Amino acid sequence: MSYHWNWGIFFQLSPDGVHTYLSMLLHGTVWTLVTGICAWIIALVLGSIIGVMRTVPNRWLARIGQYYVELFRNVPLLVQMFLWYFVFPEVVPEAFGDWLKQLPDASFYTGVFALGLYTAARVAEQVRAAIGSLPRGQRLAGLALGLTLPQAYAYVLLPMAFRIILPPLTSEFLNILKNSAVALTIGLMELTASARAMSEFSFQVFEAFTAATIIYIIINIIVTFAMQALEHRVAVPGYLGRAPSTGH
Amino acid sequence: MFANFDFDVIIRSLPYLFYDGMRFTIMLTALATAGGIVIGTLLALMRLSGFPLLTLPAAAYVNLMRSVPFVLMIFWFYFLVPYIGQWVIGASAPIQVGAFLSSLITFTLFEAAYFSEIMRAGIQSIARGQVAAAQALGMTYWTVMGYIVLPQAFRNMVPVLLTQTIILFQDTSLVYVISVTDFLGAASKVAQRDGRLVEMYLFAAVVYFLISLCASQAVRQLQQRIAIIR
Amino acid sequence: MISLKEVSKWYGTMQVLNNCSTEVARGEVLVVCGPSGSGKSTLIKCVNGLEPIQKGSITVDGVSVDDPKTNLPKLRARIGMVFQHFELFPHLSVTRNLVLAQMKVLGRGKEEAMDKGLKLLDRVGLRSHADKYPGELSGGQQQRVAIARALAMDPIAMLFDEPTSALDPEMIKEVLDVMIALAKDGMTMMVVTHEMGFARQVARRVVFMDKGEIVEDAPTADFFGKPRSERAQQFLSKILQH
Repeated sequence: MSYHWNWGIFFQLSPDGVHTYLSMLLHGTVWTLVTGICAWIIALVLGSIIGVMRTVPNRWLARIGQYYVELFRNVPLLVQMFLWYFVFPEVVPEAFGDWLKQLPDASFYTGVFALGLYTAARVAEQVRAAIGSLPRGQRLAGLALGLTLPQAYAYVLLPMAFRIILPPLTSEFLNILKNSAVALTIGLMELTASARAMSEFSFQVFEAFTAATIIYIIINIIVTFAMQALEHRVAVPGYLGRAPSTGH
Repeated sequence: MFANFDFDVIIRSLPYLFYDGMRFTIMLTALATAGGIVIGTLLALMRLSGFPLLTLPAAAYVNLMRSVPFVLMIFWFYFLVPYIGQWVIGASAPIQVGAFLSSLITFTLFEAAYFSEIMRAGIQSIARGQVAAAQALGMTYWTVMGYIVLPQAFRNMVPVLLTQTIILFQDTSLVYVISVTDFLGAASKVAQRDGRLVEMYLFAAVVYFLISLCASQAVRQLQQRIAIIR
Repeated sequence: MISLKEVSKWYGTMQVLNNCSTEVARGEVLVVCGPSGSGKSTLIKCVNGLEPIQKGSITVDGVSVDDPKTNLPKLRARIGMVFQHFELFPHLSVTRNLVLAQMKVLGRGKEEAMDKGLKLLDRVGLRSHADKYPGELSGGQQQRVAIARALAMDPIAMLFDEPTSALDPEMIKEVLDVMIALAKDGMTMMVVTHEMGFARQVARRVVFMDKGEIVEDAPTADFFGKPRSERAQQFLSKILQH
């Protein structure tokens, strides 16, 4: 192999003279996490609303929800990011467009926004499936007690639905963290971008990418464990075979 | 807002977009799907085999691929494949691998992890009684797998496999990061050369949208047909 | 022909078979009965090695089943098994179900296998359904095809694991008729079943199991006439009322 390994590269200074390569990667990691969490908030809120919309009796709301999901699931994430970053400022009124173009950290806001909307479509599908998997009688029982439809959703359906979708939601959150890397194409210096930059400046390509890979794996493990702990805490005894209150 | 919309640039570049760009995209999708399913099935069999020597590497591989962004993997293979080629052939310097081959290797190996999870679920869903009946007739492991389990597992998983293929189709756009000319890359090149980002990116979005939408509608109809036959 | 000696089996720490010993002589029909969970299905699955045992020994025609060196697929090809849920291969036609193992395991040619398969279909009365798929057949028909599939391998003995338990009542007779004919032709059979009428008609001996143990092992007339153990008496009184 004609590649020269140099694991000490992490402690050398990057071309900006101030930060080591290691701190460059850690900076990138922070951007990845912040982008992921912000996008996740958007995805969760918007996705829940749309998911619920798809299950209500009102035809128009259900249709809007359906169109949203179809639209955002059938266009690649990268293309969506390009649309928000390059096309959106051009098609809105000029003043707004100019302001957008000179926004500092524009790639961050665009990345969060695009990622959030994209993932919201996926979350919506999970929520819809979870509500659909509940016995039909649940909604009827809630209404029979005199609850309004919104109340039935809030107190009867959604609490169970969210417990059901904790595992798929975990993987959606992990997906957001991974998909944040796509934002490097619009200039966001998240972890993968930082690793790429490090490899270009130092020529130590494999060290850079190995470090990034390890960091992603660590993030994965931490998030998975945290979600499992959360699942245990909120599990309903006897339901779906989870958290039995006594023995079998 | 749309006063300056230049349809002409789209029409002029259609041959380039589709003959060069889309052809690359479709070929990559088709070949990576085929390769990914084959390797994925092998990985699934390894994980279900019960021998730690096979289970652990397979599980480690699948979990690794699923923990890391696709973009990072694209970079990994882009740099790694020339060195591996050097090692395999015994050359004196990293060998030049074409963009298509590098992308194909990356996509096949990456998606294989996802296909393996699908096939694993499919294989596990085959009733144990089927395996017992085949074994009771004296069939060996590979005969049971080849004639009884895998044919049924595939049939059950066709809708899910096709959906994953549509996802793969959309993922091909990521070859952008290594400056490969797929459909999006072609649109991007025209956009930058002619200064027409709005038109080209909107057009690209519409094309991806229509293809994916039609494909997923077709899969849904297929699913309904299969459900009736059962 | 079939011999089980002091067979014990555990699933983890749970013991499911405790010191079971019995024999099936050549040409003999042995019926195994007992309440649910008594271990009778587990026991019969141990005979052709589908389930491993931790203690004791099992031999079929002189070949040890529990010996790690035994070539199990080869042995299984000589023993036929019929399952409670038929387990025909749903993606293959009836004919293909019959010839697949003949060709792949016994190495028979296609013509020979087809010939044999169709003859056996005739014997169970289903020749006209040769090109159908399992999904198009009734439960009773599927089970008869399953019996033909096992017979196509020219087995020296046949194992039946509750062959009629999953059938609607009106279809039980057609399957039992096939099994009775088989017994009268001299096949060595070990049958787990609740069908006491069948036992009375063709079984030479009856074994009663409860909680993983063989509680009673007697000639048919003795078992039904004067069962020695109390548990067997209780069991018989409950099921013979129907």
